[in-house]
Amino acid sequence: MLVLAIGVVSIGAGWVSGTTRLVALSVMLVSVVVLVWTAFMGGLETRRALAPYGLLKPGILWLSLFFLAPLWSMFQMSLSSKQSRFDFFPDFTWEWSNYSTALTDFAPQFTRSFVYAAVATVLTLLIGYPLAYVIAFRGGKYRTILLGLVAVPFFTSYLIRTLAWQNLLADSGPVVSLLNTLRLDAPLEWLNIMDNGRLMNTPAAVIGGLTYNFLPFMILPLYVSLEKIDVRLVDAAMDLYTTASGAFRRVVLPLSLPGVFAGSLLVFIPAAGDFVNAQFLGSPSTTMVGNSIQNQFLRELNYPLASAMSFVLMAVITCSVLVYAKFMGTDDLV
Amino acid sequence: MDTGDSVVQLDKVRKQYGSFVAVHEADFSIGRGEFFAMLGPSGCGKTTTLKMIAGFEEPTSGRILLEGEDVSDVPPHKRNVNTVFQQYALFPHMSVFDNIAFGPRSKKLNDTEVTRRVQEMLDVVRLGDFASRRPAQLSGGQQQRVALARALVNYPSALLLDEPLAALDLKLREAMQIELKRIQREVGITFVFVTHDQGEALTMSDRIAVMSEGRVEQVGAPFDIYSRPESLFVAGFIGSANLLPGTIASSDGGSTRVDLAGGAQVVVSAGNSADNVSLSVGTQVTVMIRPEQLSLGAAAGLSIDVTDTVFQGATLRLVGRMVNGTEVSAVLPVDPQRVTPAPGDSVTLSWHQSAPYLLDGWPDNAGSTTTNVDSIEAAL
Repeated sequence: MLVLAIGVVSIGAGWVSGTTRLVALSVMLVSVVVLVWTAFMGGLETRRALAPYGLLKPGILWLSLFFLAPLWSMFQMSLSSKQSRFDFFPDFTWEWSNYSTALTDFAPQFTRSFVYAAVATVLTLLIGYPLAYVIAFRGGKYRTILLGLVAVPFFTSYLIRTLAWQNLLADSGPVVSLLNTLRLDAPLEWLNIMDNGRLMNTPAAVIGGLTYNFLPFMILPLYVSLEKIDVRLVDAAMDLYTTASGAFRRVVLPLSLPGVFAGSLLVFIPAAGDFVNAQFLGSPSTTMVGNSIQNQFLRELNYPLASAMSFVLMAVITCSVLVYAKFMGTDDLV
Repeated sequence: MDTGDSVVQLDKVRKQYGSFVAVHEADFSIGRGEFFAMLGPSGCGKTTTLKMIAGFEEPTSGRILLEGEDVSDVPPHKRNVNTVFQQYALFPHMSVFDNIAFGPRSKKLNDTEVTRRVQEMLDVVRLGDFASRRPAQLSGGQQQRVALARALVNYPSALLLDEPLAALDLKLREAMQIELKRIQREVGITFVFVTHDQGEALTMSDRIAVMSEGRVEQVGAPFDIYSRPESLFVAGFIGSANLLPGTIASSDGGSTRVDLAGGAQVVVSAGNSADNVSLSVGTQVTVMIRPEQLSLGAAAGLSIDVTDTVFQGATLRLVGRMVNGTEVSAVLPVDPQRVTPAPGDSVTLSWHQSAPYLLDGWPDNAGSTTTNVDSIEAAL
């Protein structure tokens, strides 16, 4: 299996060529033949032992071809250098300066991305937790319908929904006029949510868009973990002299932490790499790293720099997730 | 029972959901240190009554008194009673120690006191070595004891147990019955115990309240409930009985003669009847004779055609039919010197004169309560 995966990756990534490619292909062929032969000659025990690997095969092949191979070629690209603007096949030259450029020139975008994503994650948690709680514990026979309603936005394209927010938040749009009528514009200006009477093109609009778009990804895992909690545990806690809020704090909340963890990851990771909300609801002063990567790839045609930025983004997300997992200590939960 | 020292008192407690009456005017009191059972088939209102004592349900009318104080509208966390829940409801994210410490910590006791109490309870339920385990790592019987300890650690006025043994298998259940009795004696706290298992109620309780369809049918000691049931329901539900419908033929103040529907006549001694039976001639009554009170022999008695014999070790269960088809069962001692009856034989069953007992009205299902599948199912 390993041989097959390495073979697929190396050929897919254009890592090997000419005779080496032929050798690689024949090694892969031999390994398949050996595998099939042992499966048939080895009898029931061997076949049973090999079955899990057989079941893994489609997944491993798929991921090797469409995940590992592109990842490898992107890694190579991030260490290449371009000879001219229209050099589409830059040479691999261990060009580490791509990484330092990514970190120095795009530091504001990186910071913004993580701050926006973090704020959006907290907001989705604050909005989503009570909602998931009510559906799980008070939903009764309407549970399925309510849960369906949470997923309803998915029936419309992500892009269309974000564009719709453009209209809603526009300078003469319904939200701004309502806020003006309610005389909420002054306090919102003071809170830096509105800017010179505008909602559009502010950080608040971008964060709002992120929060709106990723809210279902917070609600669904929260619901799953809350729904599993036996309501009699709350009765038991109340029986043992706690108030309703004490029962929530000591029993329901700790038992729902796996949902909080899963939901936070599902919101934070895509939000940190998102470029749609910043593009449609923001301004040049609110661009996120996703926009910069897109810009480098499609407009500047600077594939090496864009790849390096993608790797930095990936690394930071992975590290922050690991730290988060460490502090949440989810393996301690049942 | 002296109500002066009652821990829990129900004063005409009624619970109604819409038009459905779950509990009709329950009115009894439970004494200090008593092991009290509420027994009845599912849907009889026993769990609702327990929940009202715990505070999870509010009575529609009537009062609940705890240690003489009206607690009818006091929330559960302010009542000094604790519940052992049916599936234990242990907190899965906490260790055994933290589970047991939950109540004392809610009461804001200091750490040394919490630790002392938890240790004490761990010793009472013999789980000292398991303090750091999670509930999921314990067996059913161990979880059950953690649930007990978690409730008892608060020194409640009364401990409420909702079918606490239902989730255990037979052998363990029998062992836990003895264990529960031991713990109750050791801590001296009033136990109020809900069960649908009459055997469990008879072996464990000091007193039993038998409930059916929201009504408390009878409250009494196990022996009294078994030997002097107040209603047909109690007679059929507790132990097994032969319920033989008939009408009173004559009554001379000393004994009463009853003509059975099957043609035979039974003489019932004075005083051997439920309080509500009127002894006037022509009254429809039911004669109850327990299977173990029947014996083979004498000429006078009940003639039956044997349909089945079941060897049970020390005893032999004999099932047969009277002339009119009513099924009768008898439990006889096994005697190797005598020939045991076989299916098809005709035998005469007799009894000691003090055995027959009179109940008011006719039963829905005449005859033996242990062989009638319908009536057993209805009771479950």
